[in-house]
Amino acid sequence: MSLRKKTGEWIRQSVFVGPGLIAFSIIVLVPFLLGFYYSFTEWNGLDLNKAKWIGMDNLNRIFANDEKFWASLAFTLKFTAVTVLITNGLAFVLGLALSRALKTRNVLRTVFFLPNVIGGILLGYIWQFIFTKGFKTIGEFTGWPLFELPWLGTPGTGFWGLVIVFVWQSAGYMMVIYIAAIVGVPKDLSEAAVIDGASYWQTVRKMTIPLIMPAVTVCLFLTTSNAFKMFDLNLSLTKGGPGTSTQSLAYNIYAEALVNNRYGLGTAKAMIFFVLVSLIAITQVWLTKRKEVEA
Amino acid sequence: MSKAVLAERRSKKLLIVEAIAIVLALLFLAPFYFVLVNSVKALGEIMVDAASFPKKYLFSNYSDVWEIIRFPNVLYHSFLITGLSVLGLILLSSMTAYRIVRRPTIFNKTLFFCFIASMTIPFQSVMLQLVRVTSTLELRGNLLGIVVCYLGFGLALSVVLFHGFIKGVPLEIEEAAVVDGCSPYGVFWRIVFPLLKPITVTVVILNTLWIWNDYLLPVLIIGSNKDLTTIPLAVTRFFGQYTKQWDLALAGLAMSVTPIIVLFLLLQKHIVEGITSGSIKG
Repeated sequence: MSLRKKTGEWIRQSVFVGPGLIAFSIIVLVPFLLGFYYSFTEWNGLDLNKAKWIGMDNLNRIFANDEKFWASLAFTLKFTAVTVLITNGLAFVLGLALSRALKTRNVLRTVFFLPNVIGGILLGYIWQFIFTKGFKTIGEFTGWPLFELPWLGTPGTGFWGLVIVFVWQSAGYMMVIYIAAIVGVPKDLSEAAVIDGASYWQTVRKMTIPLIMPAVTVCLFLTTSNAFKMFDLNLSLTKGGPGTSTQSLAYNIYAEALVNNRYGLGTAKAMIFFVLVSLIAITQVWLTKRKEVEA
Repeated sequence: MSKAVLAERRSKKLLIVEAIAIVLALLFLAPFYFVLVNSVKALGEIMVDAASFPKKYLFSNYSDVWEIIRFPNVLYHSFLITGLSVLGLILLSSMTAYRIVRRPTIFNKTLFFCFIASMTIPFQSVMLQLVRVTSTLELRGNLLGIVVCYLGFGLALSVVLFHGFIKGVPLEIEEAAVVDGCSPYGVFWRIVFPLLKPITVTVVILNTLWIWNDYLLPVLIIGSNKDLTTIPLAVTRFFGQYTKQWDLALAGLAMSVTPIIVLFLLLQKHIVEGITSGSIKG
C-alpha cells in the first residue's frame, strides 16, 4: 500500500471511529479501570484528588464488618426472585390474552405499557402518595384491612410496596416482547393442534411456550438484571427505609459514597456489584448459546 | 357440536377474557386517577378524602408549582440535553458501526467486543470515578459535559444495534457509488445513512426514553447548576423542600409526566416496534 493510501485509511478510521472512541474511553473505559485502583484506597468526595492506598482494608471491612451491605444483598436477591416471577407470569398471561382477537386489544396494550415510559423517580413519588394517602382512603371506605396497613412503614410491607410498583412498571414492557413472539407462532400449527383435540392450555403449554423460548429467555434476563440493579424506585419510594430495611444493593453503594462520603469504600462495593451483575450476564449468554446448539 | 355452537362458545370465552383484561387495565390506570383527581384539591380535602372527585376545583396548584419549579425552564433543559445527546449518539454510533462492519480489522473487532462487554457494567460501578474524571476535564456542571456522558454511556447499545443492521446493507450499492466518483464520506452520508432509517428510529426511541428519565447521572454531573436542572432533578428537589405538601406535589407530578406520555401516545407504534427489535438484538 502506498503511503498516501495508508494515510487516507488512517484519517478515515479516525473520522469514523475517533469521536465515539474518545467519548466511550473517557466516560466508561477509563473510569471503570480506575475503579480497580480506587477500590484499594481511602478516598472521599471532599477532595477528589487525594486518594490514599490502604490495600485490602476496604475489602476486609466489607467482608468482615458490614452487615448492612450483606443485608442489602439479601434484600436484592429476594426482591429479584419475587419480581422476576410475578412480572413474567403477569406479562405472559397478558401477552396471551392480548394476542387474541379482543375488540379493545390495542387500547389495552397501550394502557399496560404506559407506566413504562415514566421514569422510576416520578413513579416512586406517585406511589408514595397512593400507599400513604390513597390506600388510607380506600381502607376507610371499604374497611378492608389490606388497605389499612402502614404500607411504607414496616420492612415487610415496604418490600411488597416496591414489588408492586416494579411489576406495575415492567409488566407492560415484557408483555410487548411476549406478544411479538406469540404472534410469530405459525397459525397452522395451533389450528392443527386444535383439530387434534388439544385444549387451549395444552396448546399453550406444549406448543406456544416451547416455540417462544428465546423471548422467555430475553424477558427473564431483562427483568433479572433490572430488578438486581433497581435504584431510582428505591430512592423515591422508600429511601431504603424504614431504617435501612428496604435498601437495594445499588442504593447501599449510593448511600455509602454520597451520604457517608466514603468514595473508596463505595467503589470497592461497586466493583463487587459489577462482578455479580456480570455473573448474571454470563449465565444468559451461556444459556442462549447452549440453546442455539440444541436447536 | 356444530360449528356455530363452537364459535359462540369461543366468542363468549373471549368476552370473559376481555372483561378481566379491562378490569386489570383500570387497576393499572388507578394511580393516574389518584394523581389527577387530587392535583386539583386543597391539601385539607386530600387529607380527608383522597379518592373522590374534588368538591372545589383548585387549579392554582398547577400555576403555583409552575412557578416554584420553573417548569418551562426545566422542560427546556430536559429537551436540550435529551435532544443533543440523542443526535450525537446517532451520528457517532452509526459512523462507528459502519466502519467496524466495513473494515473488520483486529482493532475494530476488539473495539466492538469492548462495546458489548461494557454493557454489563452497572452505572454504580463507574459513577464515582466518573465524577473524578469529569472534574479534571472540566466536564462537570456544563451542558457539554452531560452530553458527552450520555454519548459515552449510550454508545455501546447504539453501535451494536447499527452494527446488526449495517451487516445487511448490500455492498454493491456502495461500490456503484464509488465507481461514480463518490468520496468515502459521501458514500456513507448520501447512500448508506438514508438506508438506516428503521434502526435509527429504534436508536432514537430507546435512548430518548432512558435519557429523559435518567436521574443519578444528572445529579452527579449537573449537580446544583440551576441552568441545567432537568425534570427528574426538579421534582426530587421539590419533594425535598415541600414534604407532605401533596396538593402542590401532585400537580407537579402530573405536569412532569405529561410530556413523555404525550410523546408515547403519538409515537406508540414506533416505540413498541423499537423496543421489540431493540431487546431481541440487544
